[in-house]
Amino acid sequence: MEKVTLTIDQQKVEVEKGTTVLEAAKEVGIDVPSLCYHPDLTLHGACRVCVVENVEDESLMASCVSPVREGMEISTRSMKARRARRRNVELLLANHPNDCLGCDRNGTCELQDITHSLGITQKDIEEISGEVREVPKDETGPALKRDPNKCILCGRCVRVCEEVQGVSALQFSNRGFDSIVTTAFDLPQSEINCANCGQCATVCPVGAITEVSEIQKVWNAIEDEDVHVVAQTAPSIQATIGEEFGYKPGTVVTGELVSALRKLGFDSVFSTEFTADLTILEEGTEFLERLIENKNLPHITSCCPGWVKYAEHNYSDLLNHLSTAKSPQQMFSALSKTYYAESTNIDPKDIYTVSIMPCTAKKFEKDREEINASNLKDTDAVLTTRELARMIKEVGIQFENLNKEEYDELMGKHTGAGTIFGTTGGVAEAAVRTVKEKLTGEELERLNLGFKGINEAEVEIGDRTIKVAIANGLRNAESLLDEVRAGESDYHFIEVMACPHGCVGGGGQPLPINEKHKELRSEGLTNTDENSVVRKSHENPMIKKLYEEFLDEPNSERAHELLHTTFKCRQKN
Amino acid sequence: MKDTIYRSHVLICTGTGCVSSGAKNIKHELQDELADNDLKNEIKIVETGCHGFCEKGPIMVVYPEGVFYCQVKEEDVSEIVEEHLLKGRIVERLLFKEPMTEESIPSYEDIDFYKKQHRIALANCGKINPESINEYIANGGYEAAGKALTQMTPEEIIKEVKEAGLRGRGGGGFPTGLKWQFAFDNNSDKKYVICNADEGDPGAFMDRSVLEGDPHRIIEGMLINAYAIGADEGYVYVRAEYPLAIDRLQKAIDAAEDLGLLGEDIFGSGFNFNLHIKKGAGAFVCGEETALMASIEGKRGMPNPRPPYPAEKGLWGKPTNINNVETLANIPYIINEGSEVFSSIGTENSKGTKVFALTGKIKNTGLVEVPMGTTLQEVVYDIGGGLTDDKDFKAIQTGGPSGGCIPEDYLALPIDYDSLIEVGAMMGSGGMVVMDDSTCMVDVARFFLSFTQSESCGKCTPCREGTKRMLEILNRICDGEGKDGDIRLLEQLGEHIKDTALCGLGQTAPNPVLSTLQYFRNEYEAHIYDNKCPAGVCEELAASFTINIDSCIGCGQCVKVCPVDAISKGDGKYYIIDEEVCISCGACAKKCPVDAIFQG
Repeated sequence: MEKVTLTIDQQKVEVEKGTTVLEAAKEVGIDVPSLCYHPDLTLHGACRVCVVENVEDESLMASCVSPVREGMEISTRSMKARRARRRNVELLLANHPNDCLGCDRNGTCELQDITHSLGITQKDIEEISGEVREVPKDETGPALKRDPNKCILCGRCVRVCEEVQGVSALQFSNRGFDSIVTTAFDLPQSEINCANCGQCATVCPVGAITEVSEIQKVWNAIEDEDVHVVAQTAPSIQATIGEEFGYKPGTVVTGELVSALRKLGFDSVFSTEFTADLTILEEGTEFLERLIENKNLPHITSCCPGWVKYAEHNYSDLLNHLSTAKSPQQMFSALSKTYYAESTNIDPKDIYTVSIMPCTAKKFEKDREEINASNLKDTDAVLTTRELARMIKEVGIQFENLNKEEYDELMGKHTGAGTIFGTTGGVAEAAVRTVKEKLTGEELERLNLGFKGINEAEVEIGDRTIKVAIANGLRNAESLLDEVRAGESDYHFIEVMACPHGCVGGGGQPLPINEKHKELRSEGLTNTDENSVVRKSHENPMIKKLYEEFLDEPNSERAHELLHTTFKCRQKN
Repeated sequence: MKDTIYRSHVLICTGTGCVSSGAKNIKHELQDELADNDLKNEIKIVETGCHGFCEKGPIMVVYPEGVFYCQVKEEDVSEIVEEHLLKGRIVERLLFKEPMTEESIPSYEDIDFYKKQHRIALANCGKINPESINEYIANGGYEAAGKALTQMTPEEIIKEVKEAGLRGRGGGGFPTGLKWQFAFDNNSDKKYVICNADEGDPGAFMDRSVLEGDPHRIIEGMLINAYAIGADEGYVYVRAEYPLAIDRLQKAIDAAEDLGLLGEDIFGSGFNFNLHIKKGAGAFVCGEETALMASIEGKRGMPNPRPPYPAEKGLWGKPTNINNVETLANIPYIINEGSEVFSSIGTENSKGTKVFALTGKIKNTGLVEVPMGTTLQEVVYDIGGGLTDDKDFKAIQTGGPSGGCIPEDYLALPIDYDSLIEVGAMMGSGGMVVMDDSTCMVDVARFFLSFTQSESCGKCTPCREGTKRMLEILNRICDGEGKDGDIRLLEQLGEHIKDTALCGLGQTAPNPVLSTLQYFRNEYEAHIYDNKCPAGVCEELAASFTINIDSCIGCGQCVKVCPVDAISKGDGKYYIIDEEVCISCGACAKKCPVDAIFQG
């Protein structure tokens, strides 16, 4: 690769040709402030906050979109560059509501951070104040809400939705000062092809797109003495929530998490990993049947609600390939109001199920009309990792000083297989571990599935070779599904996760979310799996007990009633 | 009928301007009259493109004499037939009268408006039937393409264009040959050429006139362009608001395809070239080349940062060469006549001619093509015939919304790319608006900025937010609410937007404000500090009107036109105006038959 040498703030640096000035500045230890730039997305060059000065001709350039040139001399900190940067932030602020105090992103807002570090005062903004954008908010949900008045038009949401997810639910509209980011025909969020994956909310630098908060509902349930509040934590939470309390990305804090939930007032604290194990048995059995009967192959996972809704909009002709097994969240909730209620002698009507999820689409999933196995609302509330962290902070629990505690036993015991549900490839691996052993009695080593784009693997099971494909990010799923649609797919099992890297990169995870953080979080989960004593779902003793005492056997009539579901065709608008 | 030899040709301009003022009806009337007088086989009607002298339209030229009739009405047609076509007597009253001398000029070439022009891009406009490929060929059309494709290598063509010194006519003035060279140098299995016909400057219509009046010239220019850079496919990106241009261009493409001038193996050279029209939805920013390509690809017309330049990664990621209509219209001439002839016209760094759309407070509005280096004075007075009502010249605005206002001191300025930039204006696509002392320069700046603000794509912060704030300041100055510090803030914001906006639209948007601040700062100051609009344009600042009671004859006509009932009967026979109520609209003063009402 050709190298280019340039000088940035009087430091010489040699970088690869094609590197941008902003990236080259990082090499010499300088983070040029920026807003529209995101390391995982294409370059946009819109906010003009990252302007730096070309010393040779005193011109300014947006460093995020300017490739390095040999002999270039750059100042990221000249008076001219800093003034221009400041002015662009002031211009954004002059058209931004002045209500940081009430904003969901207060404290995690990138615009706020830059304003603070540039020392911009209210007086500076007043000098150029004028008309402020006033358009209606979209709070139709169910998972995400948009406040276009806070939007700074950086286009990160537009790019992530188009480039990573291939959904393009959001686009720029109108011109000049009236420009906004909106849905097609300004349709409400609830009526569009949005998968509710929440990737837009994770890349939004301000509070323009945020999750619909359910914190108050949960507090109300906890406060009500007649209500028995049950918590389930998704597999990935233990490896991500620590970031909210200053831990390094990927630090696994399972014990502290359980302890914090108890301190918050949850009556019992369980893990969704338990029902992840259960999903493996239900889905694995279903897959085995399909494999034997050579029917509805490739078998496609359905535990990710973002992916399921995307499929319902775009591949409704392939819905019979999806596993009918419910997602671990919904299996858990159905059991909490049946199996758990029976075991504890609590009236299911008094049970309030809260799931702690990495995901915004789970908020949509809980409201799906076909999901009410207990004849009640199975899941009452979904909190994202960020929302739970906020509750913990609200009551001042010192997370880092908590004792490590264990989950409650009945639905808290889990295996390493359940744990890796939280990262891409985990479901496929967990399923194959069980399916292979069931068929052959042989033990399976970890599949070597990568984390980016489409990956595939082959597993010898008896005399058969099973072909597995993994897609994370909906844009990647698209090409796999097109093959299935065209009848050209020779895979037996396809795992799809809507978010890049799976749940560790989910729309409800702590911010910032970038490739590096996601990799570390995945590592946290795989390490936990490797250190687990029990690593196969079918060896989970409490799962065995569940079948023996309540469900009979996988795919039994009762299991079908409680643990399986249906899908529907949705308009592609 | 094809071989009929006519004793006379009557050319009727059917450009958009003349059609709007009734050219089609005149043509029908003429058809009827010719039939009635049994002249159908003797006299041929030819519909042509624009003559450029739109103010005097509808225009009719009778050959072989070359008599130029202007502002022809339907009812004039029978007289033209009877007098001119039957008896050979020129209809004097329909001739053009020189505004300076009042002299009637029968012939086209002798009119001052045309005398100083040098028509290359517009050479055929108004002369040939744009819907006839044969007329184009008869006038030397496609000779240049034939020469280029069969006798020249791409390198030779690029060298010729470079040596001609042709620079992009769309506004930026980038050397065309160099641009072609970049596209040529990038090897690729697929390349594109694009003709930028997204003419968007308010008042500019040179591209439309060329497409309407001489579409084959553009096809020929593109054909040479494509061969030179190695492209086999091209697009003409033309705004949908130009239906006539689209229609004529499509007919021209079809005719060229029929004759094998487009398609496979053109002139037996083995070179293939296919051309499509892409209609734009009329966003000003789509004239910016990266936004234009995004629009062709079906995306929102939004500029992208360069590099990568279109020559490296253009349309659908392929090397692409984009040229403006007028630029391409010069190409056949350069190939036919050679770079030396072309470069002998113009100034040192700006060669050839430039078409300007001359409008505003000037007698002869229209489209003019002059050699680079012609002075503003010559354009305004010799070609334009001076200011309407012989008022005093105040400024000339060039370059449309990206340009600037040039004051009287620079009337002797020879017009070229560099001289205009030096005085804070720019060539732009060639808009020229003449202003007299009744023009408020703050209001002019506001007009252009409100245009760029509403046409901004909204992508980058400085353009989207910054121009809005500048516009708000201009609005308050015009409304009499300007405050100390506003001028400084306008300058700061203007320089800031120039320095940091993403594309050319944003970078040049502050020019009208900055150039008026440079030359007419006193007007801004008068608005802010003296609460006065010197030109009397800004209503909130205009002085109220007063009636001179000595002159007033008490006719009461002023009362009838006053929209706010500010005028009432005084003690005597005269009327008086209530200063508190008067909004200074001036309607009374205009109506007064004895000029008894004055402002101030």
